[in-house]
Amino acid sequence: MIKTLARSVREYKASSILTPLFVSMEVVVECIIPFVTAQLISKIQEGCALSVIVKYGLLLVAMALLSLTFGALSGHFCAIAACGFAKNLRHDLYGAVQGYSFSNIDKFSSSSLVTRLTTDVSNVQMAYMMLIRTAVRCPFMLVFALVMVIVISPKMSLAFAIIIPILALGLLLIMKNAHPIFKSVFKKYDALNASVQENVQGMRVVKAFVREAHETKKFKKASDEVAGDFTRAEKILALNNPLMQFCFNALMLSVCFFGSMLIVKSGASALSVPDLSALLTYGAQILMSLMMVSMIIVMVSMSAASAARIAEVLNEQSAIQNPEHPVTRVADGSILFKGVNFRYSQKAEKNALSDINVSIASGETVGIIGGTGAGKTTLIQLISRLYDVNEGSVMVGGVDVREYDLETLRNEVSVVLQKNILFSGTIKENLRWGDPNATEEEMERICRLAQAHEFIERFPDGYDTHIEQGGTNVSGGQKQRLCIARALLKKPKVLILDDSTSAVDTKTDALIRKAFAEEIPDTTKIIIAQRISSVEHADKILVMDGGRIVSAGSHDELLVSSPIYREVYESQTKGGNEE
Amino acid sequence: MRAKVNQGMPPKNKGVLSRLLKMLFRDYKPQLIAVVICVVLTAFASTIASLFMNFFIETIESEGLVYGWGAIQRKILIAIGIMLSIYVVGWISSFTYTRLMAIVTQSFLNRTRQTMFAKMQTLPLRYFDSHPHGDIMSYYTNDIDTLRELVSRCLPQLLNSGLILLLLVFNMIYLSVWMGLVVAVGVVAMFFVTKHIGGNSAKYFLKQQKSLAKEEGFIEEMMNGQKVVKVFCHEEQSKADFDRVNKQLCADATKANRFANILMPIMGNIGNTLYALLAFVGGVLILTGVPNLSLSGQAMTVAVVLPFLNMTKQFTNNVSQVSQQMNAIVMAMAGAKRIFELLDEEPEVDEGYVTLVNAKEEDGELTECAERTGIWAWKHPHSDGTVTYTRLCGDVRIEHMDFGYVPEKTVLNDITLYAQPGQKVAFVGATGAGKTTITNLINRFYDIDDGKIRYDGININKIKKADLRRSLGIVLQDTNLFTGTVMENIRYGKLDATDEECIAAAKLAHADDFIVRLPDGYATMLTAGGSNLSQGQRQLLSIARAAVADPPVMILDEATSSIDTRTEALVQKGMDALMKGRTVFVIAHRLSTVRNSDVIMVLEQGCIIERGDHAKLIEEKGKYYQLYTGAFELE
Repeated sequence: MIKTLARSVREYKASSILTPLFVSMEVVVECIIPFVTAQLISKIQEGCALSVIVKYGLLLVAMALLSLTFGALSGHFCAIAACGFAKNLRHDLYGAVQGYSFSNIDKFSSSSLVTRLTTDVSNVQMAYMMLIRTAVRCPFMLVFALVMVIVISPKMSLAFAIIIPILALGLLLIMKNAHPIFKSVFKKYDALNASVQENVQGMRVVKAFVREAHETKKFKKASDEVAGDFTRAEKILALNNPLMQFCFNALMLSVCFFGSMLIVKSGASALSVPDLSALLTYGAQILMSLMMVSMIIVMVSMSAASAARIAEVLNEQSAIQNPEHPVTRVADGSILFKGVNFRYSQKAEKNALSDINVSIASGETVGIIGGTGAGKTTLIQLISRLYDVNEGSVMVGGVDVREYDLETLRNEVSVVLQKNILFSGTIKENLRWGDPNATEEEMERICRLAQAHEFIERFPDGYDTHIEQGGTNVSGGQKQRLCIARALLKKPKVLILDDSTSAVDTKTDALIRKAFAEEIPDTTKIIIAQRISSVEHADKILVMDGGRIVSAGSHDELLVSSPIYREVYESQTKGGNEE
Repeated sequence: MRAKVNQGMPPKNKGVLSRLLKMLFRDYKPQLIAVVICVVLTAFASTIASLFMNFFIETIESEGLVYGWGAIQRKILIAIGIMLSIYVVGWISSFTYTRLMAIVTQSFLNRTRQTMFAKMQTLPLRYFDSHPHGDIMSYYTNDIDTLRELVSRCLPQLLNSGLILLLLVFNMIYLSVWMGLVVAVGVVAMFFVTKHIGGNSAKYFLKQQKSLAKEEGFIEEMMNGQKVVKVFCHEEQSKADFDRVNKQLCADATKANRFANILMPIMGNIGNTLYALLAFVGGVLILTGVPNLSLSGQAMTVAVVLPFLNMTKQFTNNVSQVSQQMNAIVMAMAGAKRIFELLDEEPEVDEGYVTLVNAKEEDGELTECAERTGIWAWKHPHSDGTVTYTRLCGDVRIEHMDFGYVPEKTVLNDITLYAQPGQKVAFVGATGAGKTTITNLINRFYDIDDGKIRYDGININKIKKADLRRSLGIVLQDTNLFTGTVMENIRYGKLDATDEECIAAAKLAHADDFIVRLPDGYATMLTAGGSNLSQGQRQLLSIARAAVADPPVMILDEATSSIDTRTEALVQKGMDALMKGRTVFVIAHRLSTVRNSDVIMVLEQGCIIERGDHAKLIEEKGKYYQLYTGAFELE
């Protein structure tokens, strides 16, 4: 996991190394300051010349300035390293997701990918910042201050030897008890927020059923539980402060008592009064560092889950890779399914597609009809190799799709997905997804084909109309026609419409089909539809049920041969209930 | 009324803190007073040490080193005893206040969260139309988190550090005014550094928040559209776009963190410099024998200088701790401000006084009763003190109704229609013609601008909204199921429904078939709004949910749009059973769904242009006929 993440440090390696380097130098200088100060005071007690004091004074100021410089530099490099690392991580994550195939995307839901790219990266960034700076500073400070204590007085360091383990043990106990609670409560907290989201999205339903009070009660129960757990954990953490004070005070009193005894009994030879003061300064530094170390351990271990989740995305191998010697030209729009079996995952019990054998000639129009879950969408997704078959093969232009360069294949086989999405930006920008270099005339021509030109012209800003995120400011039918236009701009050899005109009225639907037949006769067109009228004029209609093609033929043939087809046809032409 | 719908007065930043404190003190007065007392005691205990040191060193220097250990042992032990007791008080109060604060913080956050949620439930749908869901969510995540920081950490820290600083100033004056002046110089320097660097840091942190929000928005959009990206081989372009946003975020984050990171060493080392300076000045003062100015009247000795050095460390530590809180405070103020905005939103008004009650019929007379009788009645109190009961039948009349979501644009124009109990009324028309709007007005999701809607002869403005909505069943195109079992989701329609009733409703909606095939049947958990079901299955469930509620009036808004026609034919049978004896409003795109309605309304740009049953409309050869024969564009 660490190895995976560390690969993203790259150009920030220098900053990542400089940070701890400067931190340690800062610590060294900082630790010497009280020592030098003690010496200065001793000199004063001895009654030295003013020049000596000036010399010491200047030395001290110089050291403070040096420590400031080191400290500021480490802070500077730390910010660069951590933010840069986070940037690279996001870049790598985003890049990894771009390389994913459909089955990879299905495995991680889009909302979980969003969390990984945002919250998880932020957590790792925080942890990284701590690791290269605070996590170096504190232990270093601890050790160095301890060395100084021993240098000043080996005898007095005994007091430290007793207090430090007490604090360490106390902190360990607090952490051990609080950490598991925190871990579980954060999960509950996430669930709580998820339920708020659900409520916001379902507000219409909540209001329609007058369930406001019910929802509030449900929320109160969950929220009380979260608050209770948090309080339990926070109560344990609340021991931190008093424990720290206890240790510091105990150290101080014992140092004062035994220190003064030592000073007086040895006549200030084994230990001097200024040394006593220095010892107390070191004591504070040591205990503070210990406390910070315990905090770092907690913080870093909390972000370990985030790091694991990031690594999971980075390590995920795309299920579909480009072949080694890809074919970069698609000869024509003919399609052949040969003995195709397909399952969405290895664990799935049932095949999503079984025993598919179909041959489609270039330029043909093929309709696909079937109930929900019959396998229509699955079938067409195999053509542009959005998924790979488990058995058999799919050929386009006489070549197995697995031998094509992916980009070539997908540019020639253009799919209008069922769950289609427009992106925030102008209509033009959205259309240019199909062809980045499309001229205005070309876009207009294609939009006329998709019966979109007319309504676009009616918008005040025409083709420059801004589309909101998710395309919420255009109607369902308009969105579908824009999506068709976008796919058409690719000028593909195969065009697949997956229930892409469901929100378009029958007349426009017919116009679109007519335009297809007249303007792009050589393009193979595959149309999945609920409405018989959308497919009845197709050269060939496939009727699917339970992942199989149960019948195939023209409209008239199927009316005779396929009971399912006839049933669908009748349900649509006669209406539900005859009086 | 519409004018005040959006946002109450945005509170001023200054008001935010005082309002927050007021809220805290209103609910947790005794606890907070205890906290303040404990913080004072803690601060006292932690500053007293410097005076103790002064006494201590004085004793060693002037007596111990002269007369030996035996002479001062008692004195020192007594001093340590006194200190120990002061410390014990310090420990206890420190323990008490951190613990109290932990409890208060969590309880306060919990209460705020619940107040927010309860408030949110009262807001009109308009609010949800005009606020992106992501924005609403961040009240519960980001904004609450910043409050936690503020209440649990910043406020006690500020109080504690402030008090310690105050006490230290007193101690310093007690020991030596001259030395105190040197510290004052340092404090001024620290103040300017905090103001400059801390201010910059806060500025860039806010900027970073903005870039972060922008990047999150970008990521969310692209992750949701990832499959489209793949289909268009748009990966490289998408990466390039992302990198641009990502670089900006990195630049802002680096700046923000750089300022935050260097603040600490700078403050710390101003402290170190001060430390050195004091040792130097103290030395000079002792050597030159300048008379000391102090409350204690002590002469300038090492016993004064050494405690001063320790005090300086403590002083600068606390100043830098206060400066560290700057960012948190700025962010918490922004968060609190947003939360207050939510709490100040105008709730949905309900001036209705006609309520829905259980009734029984005796001798043709309706009387109210407590138990469920299956008969419902509208209880209508009149201004003269009398109460009349009207039987709930489901008679809906709309007269000359006008409506617009915004004042500038009318969506519905002079709509008049009557739906008698048991009738099926269908709305047909293009997207945006106002079909859904009519149903939104019947259940008063929005209030009409002009005209009247009567339900069983009562103006719906007089009916309590909750009771009105209880009498209307609704099935929407967007199904919105909730996390929980299938059974719980069906029971949502009627909370006290038995399992048998729920199953019967599911059978009616033809949902039973697929439910029993789910891994755990009716006990199957639905997660994330039922994403483990197909859209069609979700629609069947939401039909079952409405069926169990058993209301006299049903509104079906594209309820079967995602069910394929073959399944729909099956559902249709269930729906017909469901619709029997009820007033039903149907909105559907598919003409096959609406054809058997008693009356069909063809809507165009907010007006009813044709009405009648299927046969009549076909005969008229108007818009409906054109629609039906596919000669007319719906969009």
